[in-house]
Amino acid sequence: MLQKEGEVRIPSGCAISGIFSKDGTPVNGGEIVESIRVMHDRSNGLGGGFAGYGIYPEYKDDYAFHIFYDNMEVRQKCEAFLDRHFDVINLSKIPTRKISGIMDEPLIWRYFVQPLPHKLEDSQLDEKEYVVRCVIRINTQIDGAYVFSSGKNMGVFKAVGYPEDVGEFYRLDEYEGYCWTAHGRYPTNTPGWWGGAHPFAMLDYSVVHNGEISSYDANRRYVEMFGYRCNLLTDTEVITYIFDFLLRKQGLTLEEAAHVVAAPFWQTIERMPPEEREQMTYLRKAFPHLLITGPFSILLGFEGGMMALNDRLKLRSMVAAEKGKRFYIASEEAAIRTIEPDLDRVWAPRGGEPVIVRLEKKGGM
Amino acid sequence: MRIDASNKSYKELNAAILKNPDPNTQITGCCGQRYIADGFSGKKIEIFGTPGNALGAYMDSGEIFVHGDVQDAVGDTMNDGRIYVDGMAGDAVGYAMRGGEIFIHGNVGYRAGIHMKAYGQKRPLMIVGGCAGSFLGEYQAGGTIVVLGLNAGSEPPVSYFCGMGMHGGAIYLRTKILPADLSDRIVASEVTRKDMWELMPKLEHFCNIFGENLNEILKTPFYKLTPDSGNPYKQLYVANYQ
Amino acid sequence: MRINHIYPEFEVIRNMDKCTNCRLCIRQCANKVHFYDEKRKRVMANDSLCVNCHRCVAVCPERALKIVKSEHTFRKNANWSERDINEIYRQAESGGVLLSSMGNPKNYPVYWDKILINASQVTNPSIDPLREPMETRTFLGKRPKKIRRDANGRLITEMTPGIELSTPIMFSAMSYGSISYNAHAALAKAAKILGICYNTGEGGLHEDFYAYGPNTIVQVASGRFGVHKDYLNAGAAIEIKMGQGAKPGIGGHLPGTKIVEDVSKTRMIPKGSDAISPAPHHDIYSIEDLRQLVDSLKEATRHKKPIIVKVAAVHNIGAIASGIARSGADIIAIDGFRGGTGAAPTRIRDNIGIPVELALAAVDERLRQEGIRGDVSIVVGGSIRSSADVVKAIALGADAVYIGTAALLALGCHLCRTCQSGRCNWGIATQNPELVRRLDPEEGAARLVNLVTAWTHEIKEMMGGMGINSIETLNGNRLMLRGVGLNDRELKVLGISHAGE
Repeated sequence: MLQKEGEVRIPSGCAISGIFSKDGTPVNGGEIVESIRVMHDRSNGLGGGFAGYGIYPEYKDDYAFHIFYDNMEVRQKCEAFLDRHFDVINLSKIPTRKISGIMDEPLIWRYFVQPLPHKLEDSQLDEKEYVVRCVIRINTQIDGAYVFSSGKNMGVFKAVGYPEDVGEFYRLDEYEGYCWTAHGRYPTNTPGWWGGAHPFAMLDYSVVHNGEISSYDANRRYVEMFGYRCNLLTDTEVITYIFDFLLRKQGLTLEEAAHVVAAPFWQTIERMPPEEREQMTYLRKAFPHLLITGPFSILLGFEGGMMALNDRLKLRSMVAAEKGKRFYIASEEAAIRTIEPDLDRVWAPRGGEPVIVRLEKKGGM
Repeated sequence: MRIDASNKSYKELNAAILKNPDPNTQITGCCGQRYIADGFSGKKIEIFGTPGNALGAYMDSGEIFVHGDVQDAVGDTMNDGRIYVDGMAGDAVGYAMRGGEIFIHGNVGYRAGIHMKAYGQKRPLMIVGGCAGSFLGEYQAGGTIVVLGLNAGSEPPVSYFCGMGMHGGAIYLRTKILPADLSDRIVASEVTRKDMWELMPKLEHFCNIFGENLNEILKTPFYKLTPDSGNPYKQLYVANYQ
Repeated sequence: MRINHIYPEFEVIRNMDKCTNCRLCIRQCANKVHFYDEKRKRVMANDSLCVNCHRCVAVCPERALKIVKSEHTFRKNANWSERDINEIYRQAESGGVLLSSMGNPKNYPVYWDKILINASQVTNPSIDPLREPMETRTFLGKRPKKIRRDANGRLITEMTPGIELSTPIMFSAMSYGSISYNAHAALAKAAKILGICYNTGEGGLHEDFYAYGPNTIVQVASGRFGVHKDYLNAGAAIEIKMGQGAKPGIGGHLPGTKIVEDVSKTRMIPKGSDAISPAPHHDIYSIEDLRQLVDSLKEATRHKKPIIVKVAAVHNIGAIASGIARSGADIIAIDGFRGGTGAAPTRIRDNIGIPVELALAAVDERLRQEGIRGDVSIVVGGSIRSSADVVKAIALGADAVYIGTAALLALGCHLCRTCQSGRCNWGIATQNPELVRRLDPEEGAARLVNLVTAWTHEIKEMMGGMGINSIETLNGNRLMLRGVGLNDRELKVLGISHAGE
């Protein structure tokens, strides 16, 4: 029997794409599906997924949990856990449509929740840490239940299949948001487990990523010191945790976090002006085990923004573009041109230099 | 300058002493701050209270006077300078000290003067007014340890295993009876006039500092312990070219 | 007649067709193996004195000499080896404790040789180390637990002091006294050229070598030889020696005969006096006492020096390391049971302690489980024999390695394991000025630089193969390792999978 994610490490190649609307003008989910469809050959039908931000305006202050269940029994068990820890504002099946390319779907449920105030207080944790720990507990302790999305006003949609089929399956054309990322997966194994598809998300951070990193176990063993559990053994999972650790727990800025994971070479640092050199040196010395080596291109989605980042040798392709207030990024230019042929600007970001876009005014939707 | 040590960490305390341009510093309210004057030179420090462990370790010169008791490892690896304690001391006083002088008015704990050495002009000295615990002068390689046993009564002023592994220097015990378990690798003899002539200025100094009566002290005999060079403390090895 | 039961282990074979009776071998052998027989008018050899150090073989201008293992044999016995039998004869003769030199030569498993390294194929790219940047620069020391910012929101970049190395290799502690002045000079010069560190060992720092301070680790051992304020401030770091892989749990004894003028000055003890290192530090009887020594050294050096605590790899090393990490130490050095020594009781050297590979794996994992791996760096030694061992050690979780025996080999040591005699024909483990002169510090330094440079190139080649271009992402990257011929328990301790998995 084939092992699924978490039982064996599965390297995979991929396609990624992202759309960001800086002024918050809604972008229909159908657009990102069209974009990733162009890069069909970069996936092999074993995983696809999307993250949309600003898609739940009516529940924007609640944590939106998307959960896969193997069966009804597990669902009951997990819901009992949720009831003990959260005030469940709303729950429903996530609407899907039958697609020939998507089979063996698990039960897919969505919950809008708030931590129970007295539980939160007893835990002596801040709210986000409380939510994270609950998610990790479900994923590690309730066999057959898997929370694959847990942020506010955002959601991850993923499945085994080609990404364009996954988009149609989840009826993404019925959602609108200010930011979308997409992922088509090319794993070197056929696990056929939905949880293993990407994006990988923790709270409002979601990561899609292309490339197999060579630093995986050094990174994994380091972040696991801080309570994270890399159950899936995938690069995307560990990258998400690295960013969660650097941004949320350490309080680094996005730029600083980018300079940790894609640190400039020492010889580059040595040529920087003194003040910058000092800051860069500090970041490399302080977080050496969170440097990521090997090829990667990453799209990190978060509340109100998106960051694209290439490895420092730029071993993966990545193209960025702008049209008015829209920002696009993808593994291939064609994936952008297909939805916006007439671009104001197209460029290839340099390796290790983050491209960060943010909503112009907070809560643009 | 006077420093109130209450609520000060050892780092703050040492920093304040170092910052003081006047070499003289008085510390009051000292309670448990470790590492005071570690590696210092040229400072004269008077301490009221109970300084913590490793007081004056690696000290290079200067003087510390403690009005009160001290804890463990006072003068650890001390190179020079003087430490006076008008009170008692914990274990391992003067561990591996190479130079300087330590005067303790009261008792000292276990392993006082352990691995005391001497080198060149450096001849470390430790005078203990009270009694010493076991393993006094263990591994002693040089220098001089004097135990006066002012409170010893008719008992020897040291506990068990005095001078174990001693291979240099001298221990003077002011006593009528030697410890019963003295190692056969140590030679104990009554002091010579020359020994006393060398010791006298140091004893006078001790009495002046702590207000003891030298004449009273000299009424009891002194014994000198030195390693037996004819019976060195070593294991017989045989070369095994394997 | 008194019978000598021990037959010479080696035979000196002299090719009489080539020998010109030049007598160079006689002058070069401090063990006095070679002699001129006036009656026979030729150079002869007393095999029983030969230690197989190859000095005569190497210097013989005619290549007329070779040393072979004596074929003389006992009746074959799978239980009683020749060595066992001879050791009994030796002890029956002398009543002495057997004393040996260099690392454990016994046939214990060498785990480095049962671990294989990964390389990239297809799913990610290997990197060409000759043309692409490949970083081996290493920092040893504490990492901040939490970042801090100044009033303007900029990161405060001040960190606890550490050590910076150009490559993750250092020369391990060997004291002046156990090795010669020239050997120390070669190590110090090479460390400076390479941008790494050498280690004084517990014998103090010779005044000539203060100039190499930034590349020096000064050691504080239980005997505190040569330890004073200037010494503590002289180096790049201070190492507290709690133990040594070759002789865990016991102290040291450098006999007075080896405390010659210069050694006496460096150790700051009188000439000719015995230098005894007690087994423990007598101010450390418990883990909280270690904190006291760490802190007192930090305070005495005004918190400018990182503190290394060196321990021998013993059974409970995980818990010990955890205690050390919590004692304020910045770096833990673990010395495996195959580590070298100038002299150790044979039984201790050969039977005490555990392999450094297993100790390292246990320590790294334990510190991670406790979330304190960032508080300390790990350095391992105790038989690192090649760049492959270095790569494996780093992937298992070490930040850097110590090399001792390998460095001595580079200086000309032939591993004859007779350092304790003080008659090292290669000028390394001796204080005899005649012999010391044979080791040219400049040439020695050049050979050490060559060795470490070559290893660094090889490390880069292997990193490139794995698609790794910075040594820190090799650190603890155990997925890059696979075991061969190891059982489940061994794999579990090492934290690696078996080849094929």
